[in-house]
Amino acid sequence: MSSLSRRAAMGGALGLLAAPAILHAQPAGGVKIGLIAVQTGPQAALGTQLRDGFLMGLRHLNGRLGGLTAETVMIDDELKPDVAVTKVRTALERDRCDFIVGVVFSNILQAIVRPVTEANTFLISTNAGPSPLAGRGCNPFFFATSYNNDQVHAVIGQVCEDQGYRRVFVLVPNYQAGRDAVAGFKSRFKGEVVDEVYVPLTQLDFAAELSKIAAARPDAIFTFMPGGLGVNLVRQYRQAGLANIPFLSTFTVDEAVLPAQQDAAVGFFSGSNWAPNMDNAANRRFVADFEAAFNYVPASYAAQAYDGAMMLNSAIRRAGGRLADKDALRAGLRAADFTSVRGNFKIGANHFPVQDFWLTRVAKRADGKFQTEIVRKVLENNVDPWVAECRMR
Amino acid sequence: MSTGLFLVQALNGLQLGILLFLVAAGLTLVFGVMDFINLAHGVQYMLGAYLGAALAAATGSFWLGLLLALPAALIFGLLLEVLIFRHLYDRDHLSQVLATFGVILFLNEAVKAIWGAAPLQVPVPALLEGGVVLMPGLQYPLYRIAVLCAGIATALGLWFLVECTRLGMLVRAGATNAPMVSALGVDIRRLFMLVFAFGAMLAGFAGALAGPIFSVEPGMGDHVLILAFVVIVVGGIGSIRGAFIAAVIVGLTDTLGKSLMPDLMRLFLDPSAARQTGAALASMLVYIAMAAILAFRPRGLFPARSG
Repeated sequence: MSSLSRRAAMGGALGLLAAPAILHAQPAGGVKIGLIAVQTGPQAALGTQLRDGFLMGLRHLNGRLGGLTAETVMIDDELKPDVAVTKVRTALERDRCDFIVGVVFSNILQAIVRPVTEANTFLISTNAGPSPLAGRGCNPFFFATSYNNDQVHAVIGQVCEDQGYRRVFVLVPNYQAGRDAVAGFKSRFKGEVVDEVYVPLTQLDFAAELSKIAAARPDAIFTFMPGGLGVNLVRQYRQAGLANIPFLSTFTVDEAVLPAQQDAAVGFFSGSNWAPNMDNAANRRFVADFEAAFNYVPASYAAQAYDGAMMLNSAIRRAGGRLADKDALRAGLRAADFTSVRGNFKIGANHFPVQDFWLTRVAKRADGKFQTEIVRKVLENNVDPWVAECRMR
Repeated sequence: MSTGLFLVQALNGLQLGILLFLVAAGLTLVFGVMDFINLAHGVQYMLGAYLGAALAAATGSFWLGLLLALPAALIFGLLLEVLIFRHLYDRDHLSQVLATFGVILFLNEAVKAIWGAAPLQVPVPALLEGGVVLMPGLQYPLYRIAVLCAGIATALGLWFLVECTRLGMLVRAGATNAPMVSALGVDIRRLFMLVFAFGAMLAGFAGALAGPIFSVEPGMGDHVLILAFVVIVVGGIGSIRGAFIAAVIVGLTDTLGKSLMPDLMRLFLDPSAARQTGAALASMLVYIAMAAILAFRPRGLFPARSG
């Protein structure tokens, strides 16, 4: 190939490459959302809940956010931080996403916070709520519609105090989130922790731990066993005849794993900021339409993502649809001018919600499906413990 | 720790060991006889669990599901052998690892596409509900006792098959010197295929049995696979007897380590540090034991191949 024709070919190729970029630069009255959730691997069920919750929100908003036509770009983080960063960069630079929304796991969120916020793009977590982002690492481009991890564990600590449990057995996986769970629990529980048992994340069989629990005869157990770990634990706990010892948990019995736990989990307790039977108009509509559309019971992952869509909608409307006006968008997000499915919902100084926390219990519904149901309110207008360390720049 | 608790923990360890043996038995045969590294053995265990769960749900009976899952796992094993593994026997171990790893990825995703990402529920059969009270407040589920018995029966059956039958003799001969067996006029390819399908069925059997105890989910075979490899390496590759003894050792080490290590560490460290280092050490203990055994017996406890 002669040098002239090669140059011509190169020019043509460059032109082709440039064309889509030019098209994307002018989002004609639209808004593009990068929706990031784990879609592969053992924890994919949680990501599916999150995705469907957000899509439900969009459906209720007729596919528009603040008057702009919404387009969703799905990002599967594969539960790998490096993959998440690469894909989020692509979503920002190639797809020109205006917002990044989602994230189930804290380690993924912490990996993508800088790439997103440094591009002056808003990142809205609808689940993960690690403490550093609530405290020193709080960020004007970061919002959460979920909770700070510590709050949920503290709920169970408070429940144990309220119920007068003096001796509690603690069982958690041996990794950072497990140790955080113990710290959060102890921040409110002042009684005796009979034993703290740390199990590997790859644990198969809980027989050894269950024998220990039986030997220790505690007033209650506190556990944090997300995903398949929780399925194994709950079923084996029931099979070992330990169910007369109150089972208090966080992220262990929820609608994402209840289809596998079924009757074994009935009567087990959990700390949460939401439950499907929460009695308000917005929630009734959300749950009924969600179940009709997706044919399963939503969990808090879905509810928080639904609220995320509503919050985005209110913020864009308040900013008059001007996506470039970041200050107006931020003010709109802070105002959180929408009706949350959780009822009481505000955005605090560190951009984390100020909300109520509840004790929930697993129940079998009349239609044979399982869900968590509200027992009582434990903490009201709860602010996470890190807000004082936040200096929003 | 009281003697009662110790005995219960020992029983727990034995039970984990038996379950590991069921998975490892097939793996050690395939590895030993065919010198073929099958990383996909773990997904065959997963497949057994899924087939058992789906067939139990379809027929409404756990037993019927279990019974049907066995031939289904066998047929699937044959299918994999004919389509993929057969073409890898003459390749080096790296190609085998790569190809079987690909099978893991493919089947994990396929299972998710068919049954969804959420874990499945398999109820304990009504016949085996309830349990035996072993110590105050603790039931030992009947189902686990049944799994224990099934595992021991399988071990005895395998031992008989391998040690006392003509087929078993060929398998042992194949494990020792495959080219020689082939030269004596035995169709080694057919033997391989049989062993492979049988191994797949054993893994499927273990998976179907594990269904009511563990969560049936994509990727459930991956953790089991690692422990199963530890078992066959410690036991000596290709040896059923070695796999059985090694599985019990691994099960006991893991369970007793988990229950004793944190208490042991408390002698040297303050309680909270002892709990965490104890837990960390306990999860390493199996691998430390493996390293120690291999240091003294590099071919495992009961090596099948002498040359």
